[in-house]
Amino acid sequence: MAGAVNLLVQRHPINSALSLVVVMGSLAVEYLLLGAEFVAAVQVIVYAGAIMVLFVFVIMLLNAGEEERTKGSRVAMLFGIPGMLVGSVLVGWVLIERTGTQTVSAGALPGAPRTIGWLLFHNFLLPFEVTSILVLIAIMGAVVLASHPDSDQGKKES
Amino acid sequence: MVPISYYLILSGILFACGVTGFLIKRNIISIFMSIELMLNGVNLSFVAFAAQWHALSGQIFVFFVMVVAAAEAAVGLAIIIAVYRTRETLNVDQVDLLKL
Repeated sequence: MAGAVNLLVQRHPINSALSLVVVMGSLAVEYLLLGAEFVAAVQVIVYAGAIMVLFVFVIMLLNAGEEERTKGSRVAMLFGIPGMLVGSVLVGWVLIERTGTQTVSAGALPGAPRTIGWLLFHNFLLPFEVTSILVLIAIMGAVVLASHPDSDQGKKES
Repeated sequence: MVPISYYLILSGILFACGVTGFLIKRNIISIFMSIELMLNGVNLSFVAFAAQWHALSGQIFVFFVMVVAAAEAAVGLAIIIAVYRTRETLNVDQVDLLKL
């Protein structure tokens, strides 16, 4: 439950990326408590590892500083925070009203990598292949987008 | 033994924080991180439900969500770099023209 507290830290500076890493880590612990070992491992590797490194890298590359307050940001703050509060209170109320008190025991389901892998390569083979193609396309798109528009000499620089 | 509603409330809080960040942040990278936060909240509810129903498909779906999020992060950050090259700014209020 520490993740929710850490989120409030995140509001302030641009190094919210670091607190996002903390949130990812605590979520991984949460998954581990739920017995989803494979998902926890993937969470740490993919999110806390790869994606956050990418974020920090881009932040440093573009040397993003403190964000300045603009008119649009003030308007958004005016409507955003009350809207969020109302929404979260509503969701929490509905959840408390509607859901029973079924409990989930720690390590409730066998989320071992072996069973997950078996399921992934038997029942979910087609979606798996489709995501592989998606990732391939994403890699190509990222390379094309990030490379300089003025072809060759720019590519050598970056 | 933790009631499943606790997990759902936590995931709801995460999602709400993501939405708030998406609305009030004016930095493209911060907005992007808020989107990641929303995806994480949804993932948590997926895993909680999977644990409740003893169904592994939920975890598989979380895996797919993570893959899509990784692809999205890669492409989105590439777009951010491209935008920064042409606009020299990361503020979304100043990026309001499709063509320079």
